[in-house]
Amino acid sequence: MKALGARSAFYVGFVVGTCTLYVLLRQVGFTRDLGSRESEAHEKSLLEMVKEENKNWKKERLALFNLNHPHHTGEDGTLADTLYKHVRILCWVMTGPNNLEKKARHVKATWSRHCNIVVFISSVDDPDFPTVGLNTKEGRDQLYWKTIRAFHYVMDKYGDEADWFLKADDDTYVIVDNLRWILASHSPEDPVYFGRRFKPYAKQGYMSGGAGYVLSKEALRRFVEGFRTKVCTHTSSVEDLALGQCMEKVGVVAGDSRDTLQRETFHPFEPESHLTGTFSKTFWYWNYCYYPIVQGPQCCSDLAVSFHYVNPSLMYLLEYYTYHLRAFGYKYRYQPSEPNVIQDFNAPAPGKVEIGDIEEKLGVEEQEGEKKSPRT
Amino acid sequence: MMSEGSSFMKGMVLGGIFCLVMSFFENFNSGTHSEVHEHLHHHLKPLSKDELEKLSESQMSDLPLQVRVYCLIMVTPKLLVHWATANDTWSKHCDKSVFYTSESSKALEAVDLQEQDEWARLRKAIKHAYENAGDLRWFFVARPTTFAIIENLKYLVLDKDPSQPFYIGHTEKSGELDYVEYDSGIVLSYEAMRRLIEMFKDEDRCPERGHALWKTSEEKQLATCLKYSGVFAENGEDAQGKGLFNKKSVSSLISDSMGQNPADVVEACCSDMAITFAGMSPSQMQVLMYGVYRLRPYGHDFHDSLTFLPPKDSDND
Repeated sequence: MKALGARSAFYVGFVVGTCTLYVLLRQVGFTRDLGSRESEAHEKSLLEMVKEENKNWKKERLALFNLNHPHHTGEDGTLADTLYKHVRILCWVMTGPNNLEKKARHVKATWSRHCNIVVFISSVDDPDFPTVGLNTKEGRDQLYWKTIRAFHYVMDKYGDEADWFLKADDDTYVIVDNLRWILASHSPEDPVYFGRRFKPYAKQGYMSGGAGYVLSKEALRRFVEGFRTKVCTHTSSVEDLALGQCMEKVGVVAGDSRDTLQRETFHPFEPESHLTGTFSKTFWYWNYCYYPIVQGPQCCSDLAVSFHYVNPSLMYLLEYYTYHLRAFGYKYRYQPSEPNVIQDFNAPAPGKVEIGDIEEKLGVEEQEGEKKSPRT
Repeated sequence: MMSEGSSFMKGMVLGGIFCLVMSFFENFNSGTHSEVHEHLHHHLKPLSKDELEKLSESQMSDLPLQVRVYCLIMVTPKLLVHWATANDTWSKHCDKSVFYTSESSKALEAVDLQEQDEWARLRKAIKHAYENAGDLRWFFVARPTTFAIIENLKYLVLDKDPSQPFYIGHTEKSGELDYVEYDSGIVLSYEAMRRLIEMFKDEDRCPERGHALWKTSEEKQLATCLKYSGVFAENGEDAQGKGLFNKKSVSSLISDSMGQNPADVVEACCSDMAITFAGMSPSQMQVLMYGVYRLRPYGHDFHDSLTFLPPKDSDND
């Protein structure tokens, strides 16, 4: 009996020993690999971040000047480049010291790289990021003060270096190339502004703040002038409505930003809500939109300009969907017309291309396109 | 009692040593084996842009006819919402898409295989697809929880001859067996299907109902049957070596990249020509549909040498 007990104890011990060591080996193998890889990756990424930033941006006077219009391997960006030179957009992003690392950083890494100039508006100057502090405090009640001061600031410092002035939040995602497509058919000397048009409280409506809105140079001039002559004042802290009411007073027109199929381009929510959500009948949205609301896939233009309530990971996701992921050889259903590029007759800004040149370039491109596309 | 205790200890020590020896042995073995595998076309890439441009006019006109895809989508009534979404989105881009179900559902059309066992169902579906292929030569097997960009699949196999055996997807290893992971989609050429169906007749090496105590997953059973017919799994990747078949969702991959590559999140994340993503909700799939087939920045064009037209009667692509 004793011998049997000892033998079975031996076998049990053997099995236990094998299993324990097996588990141990796997753990050690795992953790050793993981540990070294992670620390390596982290070090590399910090260095890379600094290098990348110095290559693409010129930091000057607390703003970022885009040195290269971002290009993608294998793409033909001639048309986008032409519009980049001809339709200069200054983007200012409403943020705050507590949101620089949480939100603004991701705006800087994604869509704002496509603006000609980017200014991050905060309550505190930060020469590293860089952000501009405008003598305001933080908080929802400061929004219109920030907006007023921001527009005055960009007019003062960069008024001559851009044609259009976009305001966005640090949770707005903007596709600047599509904004240029819309704006190219208008003159920056026209008193007009564009965004997601809302109808209540103002005769011609006003533009949703979160979805972003863009003022022409003339509209900006009139806004600043309006405050100088006290035609406009700080009427309320509801930034988008207050601005809309000022625009109306100074004769700036609320433009229609929809595409050629009347589909909206500026969006007050994220893509999933517009594409798949059904808004309840009592939701404020139904009473606010100036144009008829469409739910489902036709809610949104192929050439969408903005989405709101976009968190950091959604920013990178949208960047991937917009600029990276594509279906090889796919012929898009929506073939937008080319914009009528209008020349500035007063003083051609540096780098402006003659209409003739653009037409020639577009004409040549069309020919090439036809040669390569057909066979179905 | 003392002798039992010491026997136990002796047993443990010997067990530990045994394990160590076995693991060294295994590493040595698998090390050499994987090298050999690497040599056999384990990584499959699409044609480069230069190679595409070198093709003659007649070759170019033939290609769109050759690369036509038959999609087999394996559904169950439990996955009704995903089934409806696959029906409404990506499957419209297959040249022929057929839904194969375990039992019929009044809501959606499908070939009712009346079979609860997943492996048996897959076998039946494969046989049905092969018999109804017409002149289609490429087959794509997926569950409705996968989202596929068929145009990019066509781009991957553009220059591959379907009368050769191809078995492509996201490959994983289970011991000695290289298999294609099911959730990220399985691509089979006409010849691979033919050999597979021949092998189905072999009840010993490729049984319909397994006799083992535990069930092997269908993806591994498929790999085994194919291996016996001389067809080996290949990993689909782009020119930079990034996997084209993903078993995770886009948002999941982006989150991973934000942690690992904060300086270059999007570039490091996923391929531009990705073919599949898995584990996405129906709403996320609708957004992906918009993101792939519609959303784009104006003025950036890719003059691809081939054109694929959008499907008829569709409003979300």
